[in-house]
Amino acid sequence: MTEISIRTGGSAGDGIASVGEMMVRCFSRMGRHAFGLNAYQSVIRGGHVWFQARATDQRPHSQGDGCDILYAMTPETVEIHSAALRPGGTLVYDPEKFPVAADKLPPKVHALEVPTLAIARKYSTQPILQNAAGLGASAALAGIPLEVLHEVVRDSFGRKAGDVVQWNVEASAAGYQHALNHGHVLDHTLSKAGAPKLLMTGNQAIALGAAAAGLKFLSQYPMTPASSIMHWLAAHSSDLGIVVKQAEDELAAINMAIGASFGGVRAMTATSGGGFSLMVEALGMAGMTETPLVVVESQRAGPSTGLPTKTEQGDLNLMLGAGQGDFPRAILAPSNPAEAYRQTIRAFELAEEFQTPVLVASDLHLSENFMTVDREEIPLDVPVPSLFAVTPNGHDYHRYAYTPNGVSPRSLPGQPGLQYVAGSDEHDEKGHLISDVRSGVPTWVSERARMMEKRMGKLKGLLAASEPPVREGPATADLTFVAWGSTIGAVRDAMAVLAAQGRTTNLVRVPTVFPLDGPALLRLLAPARRTLLVELNYTAQFGRLVRAETGLDLSTRLLKYDGEPIYPFEIVAKAMEVMNHGG
Amino acid sequence: MADSTVASVKSIVGTPLPLITKSDTKPTWCPGCGDYGVVAAVEMAVKKLGLPSHEVVIVSGIGCSSNLPHFLSSYGFHSIHGRALPVAEGIRWANHGLTVIGTGGDGDGFGIGAGHFVHAMRRNVKLTYVTMDNQIYGLTTGQASPTSMMGQKTKSTPRGVIENPVDPIALALASGATYVARGFSGDVKHLADLVANGLRHRGFAFIDVMSPCVTYNKINTFDFFRQRVYKLESSGHDPTNIVTAWQRALEWGDKIPIGLFYKTDRPTYEELEEVLLQGPLVHQPAGLKGHESVLDEFI
Repeated sequence: MTEISIRTGGSAGDGIASVGEMMVRCFSRMGRHAFGLNAYQSVIRGGHVWFQARATDQRPHSQGDGCDILYAMTPETVEIHSAALRPGGTLVYDPEKFPVAADKLPPKVHALEVPTLAIARKYSTQPILQNAAGLGASAALAGIPLEVLHEVVRDSFGRKAGDVVQWNVEASAAGYQHALNHGHVLDHTLSKAGAPKLLMTGNQAIALGAAAAGLKFLSQYPMTPASSIMHWLAAHSSDLGIVVKQAEDELAAINMAIGASFGGVRAMTATSGGGFSLMVEALGMAGMTETPLVVVESQRAGPSTGLPTKTEQGDLNLMLGAGQGDFPRAILAPSNPAEAYRQTIRAFELAEEFQTPVLVASDLHLSENFMTVDREEIPLDVPVPSLFAVTPNGHDYHRYAYTPNGVSPRSLPGQPGLQYVAGSDEHDEKGHLISDVRSGVPTWVSERARMMEKRMGKLKGLLAASEPPVREGPATADLTFVAWGSTIGAVRDAMAVLAAQGRTTNLVRVPTVFPLDGPALLRLLAPARRTLLVELNYTAQFGRLVRAETGLDLSTRLLKYDGEPIYPFEIVAKAMEVMNHGG
Repeated sequence: MADSTVASVKSIVGTPLPLITKSDTKPTWCPGCGDYGVVAAVEMAVKKLGLPSHEVVIVSGIGCSSNLPHFLSSYGFHSIHGRALPVAEGIRWANHGLTVIGTGGDGDGFGIGAGHFVHAMRRNVKLTYVTMDNQIYGLTTGQASPTSMMGQKTKSTPRGVIENPVDPIALALASGATYVARGFSGDVKHLADLVANGLRHRGFAFIDVMSPCVTYNKINTFDFFRQRVYKLESSGHDPTNIVTAWQRALEWGDKIPIGLFYKTDRPTYEELEEVLLQGPLVHQPAGLKGHESVLDEFI
């Protein structure tokens, strides 16, 4: 496998994210599959931030391990990241900014001094242009064709006024030429490989999927790492005809979405764990009133405010248990943007079909990092039913009529003769309360039980309609990984590394975390010699769910809860340990 | 509900669709509760405007008064405590062809839901919000509410309330409300006019109704209000004047004003939201068919 990783590091405010995004976009424009990791902090200026753009001739599923080119804008970047440089790689830096002692670098790693500030000064007093010079130098060493770089730079700055675009193009060319003259181009490079890939974050894929599914109303309160869902939809609100409402808090956000859905449009809210904690009561109301609702829960490291810009899969227990009492829900957990697009569409379909809340479980790693997708993986032609056109039979209409699958015909306000009151209190088939003067009266006691059974009966349908557990790789292997959500990406990359070392592994992944298809999971795991559960939380929350649903104890685990994404090398090391010595 | 089933059949042959009526659910409020006057006033106001019952949605939170949607023949959403307004806003934005009325109590609107109250008013979303303010928590059997007066002894304040009450009228004025009124459930006709004018208003209409709890509030009784209320419209008050509106809002003692404190004309949220200018969302096209260019930015 040919692999190129370019890492850029500096302080917040240096423009690292935009340099990094241009780097990864160079690869996607070349028709290469790529991954872009944006590692940032909860500060607006200062601190240490970095970005890794990784491309391979296969399909990278994670940020990978190590890098080939490190463009350091601060001495701290050299301290933290130079050990990650692979042999044959190059450290790019400007000696006018800081010196680098040769003994700081790993063996067989080059250092290339690039006069980025001097190049920038030719065009502008603003030092930010140094980024373009550094970008150009890094691109040259990575073997990225100059015309691709210029196309990306032009498109990225296309909206800026005046000479900014031209300055950036020329500064990047100067850096590019300097590196060709004085540096060592990698001996493994990637050529152009067909049409450009689409490059998107998980949140962009979720927003796009929601729009494709017919989303008309998003209400959201800003919270990292979910905010960029709102940003993308707000930017496209007018052209796509989607109302985007920044609510006063998450309580309002979810209740507005429920109101809009009751009113007859596809509605969604998105948040992270803290905001989702505030939404819990209303989630139950969506279940009780049988109102379709899609909630995106993009997890970050908790508890409490936790690490706002760092990743975790620590909210599964919360999502499973959110809300008093029992009501049906589904939790879909995409692993990458292509799947996030598909699963978000599915979430709307399931919410509508079963008239209940459906959660899309993302996390910071999926939500905010970039990955390429093929155009065919984003089919825009999604059937969107017009809800208003479906009029339940008006004669003796019962909004909550008992049906074999628990789903009752839903009328919308504005449809004549079908009025009902959606109640968060327990109610009968007509929606009349059985929570006050009828409560405890024998007839209504059994009615309550029946109504519970009606609602909970939808779980059966949800299970049948959801994507079952999937096995990737050979049926028999030395080791079977079990994973969910964005962690799957690093597992896939680790499997490739292990395969190159002659070790056969496979993966059982669970796209629908809840309702969990226990029997299907057990069937897939039956041939496994050894299993390794990989999760990003302290208590193996998914492992606990598997045990609760199936009795199976996935006792060999790789758990990570330091806020950082998991790296393939960590999985490889643990896998080797398990295969060589047992769990 | 039985009546409205007939209505859907009638609508097919072109007979006018029925106006709002009482539903077949009887109120469960205590005999003599102020809220009977409010449900009667809401029904009268909606009828007066000639709105067919299927185009009206009444949204409430939780509390005695929040049971109101069940007692009328319109659509309703009986939501959770404090959240009537965001639910109502969502309904309104999904289909602004509908008339949306928010109802609830003082705990619901000025306690647990106070944040939403302020923001709905600054947005001037077109809703009519009728609070049944009895200055007590009734359904939970008599604790202090955000509008309980200083010194009032309740189950939760046996030595008397030591917090200054929320003044809903002043809070509404401070929040940029464009229609601010106080009603009294002992004067249903006057209240019905306030609600009807609220329904006609361009934007958020707030009507705080003094609606006595006959069981748990022995201070703010029907007699308490009958002795004190006077009508702003017969006292020379100019409801377009924000300064005198503030002065009247602060009156609470031997004399308590009811009627319209303030009214001003400002565009509604729906009029300023570009997407809604294309018509009710519920009738707009959805999905990405024909929007292939949306993918260009990802190349």
